[in-house]
Amino acid sequence: MAEDNRVKKLTVSSSPHVRSSETTTGVMLDVIIALAPAGIAAIIVFGLRALAVMLVSVASCVLAEYLSRKAMKKENTIGDLSAVVTGLLLAYNLPSNIPFWIVILGAVIAIVVVKQMFGGIGQNFLNPALAARVILMTSFPGRMAAGAFVGLNQHGWNVDGLTSATPLGLVKVAHASADIQATAPTLHQLFLGTTSGCLGEVSALALLIGGLYLIIRKVISPIIPCVYIGTVAIFMMFATGFDWYAVAYELLSGGLFLGAIFMATDYTTSPITKWGKVIFALGCGIITCIIRIWGSLPEGVSFSIIIMNVFVPYIESQTKPTPFGTKKEKKGKEAAEK
Amino acid sequence: MASAKIEGTLKPVANGHGGVHVAHHKNLAKTPVEVIATPASVVLPMSMHIGAPCDPVVKRGDTVKVGQLVGDSDKFVSAPIYASVSGKVTKVGPVRVAQGRTVNAVTIESDGLMEEADYTAPEVNSKEDFLKAVRASGLVGLGGAGFPTHVKLNLKPDAKVDTLIVNIAECEPYITVNHRECLEHTDDIFDGLENIKKWIPFEHIYIAIEDNKADAAKVLLKSMDKKPEWKDLAQIVILKSSYPQGAEKVMIEAVTGRQVPPGKLPADVGCVVMNVESVTTLARFLRTGRPLVSRNLTCDGSAVADPKNLCVPIGTSVQYVIDYCGGFKKDPYKVFMGGPMMGIALDSLDVPIVKNNNAIIAFADGAMKVKKTRACIRCGRCVSVCPMSLEPTKIERMAHLGKADELQKAGAMVCMECGSCAYACPSGRPLVQYMRLAKTIVREASAK
Repeated sequence: MAEDNRVKKLTVSSSPHVRSSETTTGVMLDVIIALAPAGIAAIIVFGLRALAVMLVSVASCVLAEYLSRKAMKKENTIGDLSAVVTGLLLAYNLPSNIPFWIVILGAVIAIVVVKQMFGGIGQNFLNPALAARVILMTSFPGRMAAGAFVGLNQHGWNVDGLTSATPLGLVKVAHASADIQATAPTLHQLFLGTTSGCLGEVSALALLIGGLYLIIRKVISPIIPCVYIGTVAIFMMFATGFDWYAVAYELLSGGLFLGAIFMATDYTTSPITKWGKVIFALGCGIITCIIRIWGSLPEGVSFSIIIMNVFVPYIESQTKPTPFGTKKEKKGKEAAEK
Repeated sequence: MASAKIEGTLKPVANGHGGVHVAHHKNLAKTPVEVIATPASVVLPMSMHIGAPCDPVVKRGDTVKVGQLVGDSDKFVSAPIYASVSGKVTKVGPVRVAQGRTVNAVTIESDGLMEEADYTAPEVNSKEDFLKAVRASGLVGLGGAGFPTHVKLNLKPDAKVDTLIVNIAECEPYITVNHRECLEHTDDIFDGLENIKKWIPFEHIYIAIEDNKADAAKVLLKSMDKKPEWKDLAQIVILKSSYPQGAEKVMIEAVTGRQVPPGKLPADVGCVVMNVESVTTLARFLRTGRPLVSRNLTCDGSAVADPKNLCVPIGTSVQYVIDYCGGFKKDPYKVFMGGPMMGIALDSLDVPIVKNNNAIIAFADGAMKVKKTRACIRCGRCVSVCPMSLEPTKIERMAHLGKADELQKAGAMVCMECGSCAYACPSGRPLVQYMRLAKTIVREASAK
């Protein structure tokens, strides 16, 4: 045996010689798992049409990624599953009665224009799914704003254009809790997900389960969701004059959970520093509230995240950690006193 | 952690920041250190410390005994080298050592007798005597750095150094020799500390140990209970088990809350850190006069048939150590000197064990997950684990662009290459290599 060892070539490489078991693919798989409860909720609420939207979206995203990498003669990256995540997130940001061609268009915008044209995974400066949603929303406002409302007994394909405004759209015209209660779905409905809206934003509970999974698995840090949702809560508390029902309504509806847990936490388009995350989430929260209260759109989550995405490099440059031992005075004084 | 609270111990000031949780694999924590059978020959490189290489003081054909001087230097930053076996000098000339370098070395063919030279315990009556004795012991930092101990202890008169930290973090996976040293030579630790304190009046002496070695901490406490003067001598600090808790700068911050500025020494913030084996070796030298001729190391890993903790004469070949541990049970994929996080991969097993070498680890084929290198997804793991609060992913990008001044500003020179970033990276990016590249770029630019 000893003789053989001298013959056999040993691998020589730089330390560290061990690596954590985390991989990009594993991280993406965790996000997909975390997105599953919301997907199931969407299928229960909207029926199989929701599933169809998800499948079309995921398939076209993966295909778009594959083809664009091929066209650019770059290494194929569909194996990292990030296109699947983008596909799911895009679908979750669409209403269930959306025509498939719009879904496919959205996928192409997300993957080709927003992601691959800027260099692929890790290089895009906007969240692909959100950017696509925003472009679709401004291009096809009627089709996008309509949340397919389905009665609880009416699961299935026959949505036939029966649409209604999203809950926030209704709240926009209502002025107090009493009015909200009269016209819009109840809090209970919003939490469990028996209401209208985009696929992924119907059930706050399902999104919360996914978010907890991601935090427990340490895929995301709780900073962004907590600060984001917290900011909206505090802002709305003052804006509504401590009308708790209205505040809860603002939190549970309109894709806030989807945005705060899954979109604002996107690695590539959120700051990598701890304080950067806080500022980013704070900004998202404030812009969301401003749009919801004073803007002409009923919903502000998508725009707020997209706007904050643009500021990420600046936020990061302002929240750079101080390299070890270069902190001035304070530390030195403390040490000297000791 | 269950052991975080042990009565009579101090809590760390700061838990430090960053760090990763690497599986400990302390498989040999309960295996006593065994003295290896005398090897047929040893190769003593004349440079196994930081500083000036030694000049051989023996010739080919000389007979030497264990503890006899074979190499010394007239430079200050250096440490003498002693024969680790008795026998005949067969070669004085260049050999290849672990890092692929070729250095001058003395090869001794053992006569198998391990006859000891007639050394005597040094007489120490003053601080100068003490430092001279430390130098004569041939001691260098046994934890890994290999910095001559007498240089470390030779503090400038104006330096306000008040704290000595005994490092028993042993944060690298697999390695258990410091743990064993604590259990097997507990009294030597206090003996060594008493001697050091006699000549260098440290105000505080801390024994810093990770909480995965609670048994060792308890043994230390028990000895302190028996001898009240030891209780006054040192205090035990239980640190969270985290990599790289044992890195000098990280340890100083964890114990005292002080941060060593870039390019400065621990003494600049009033601290000296010594590895536990350095302390015990010094204690034994002062008692007997037997210099540093052997050291403890852990030989483990999935390819090693019979892993052991060994006391090995310095200069023994890696091949011999592995053969003594039953050889390889599986084809080795990678063999390295030191721990898996910072160890040096070997291309040949025909290299000698040096003074600062605390482990030989051999991984079998397929035992190591090699991650596919993908694009950075900016997940920020490297930033949150960096114990030096750097942004490795940013530094990687700047290194690509070769921007020396920006790299300097980003603190690239602060990096100690602990490998936490590369360990944590889900995209398998070679971050440590980029950090080295970054440092080289900065160094070259400042040399211009």
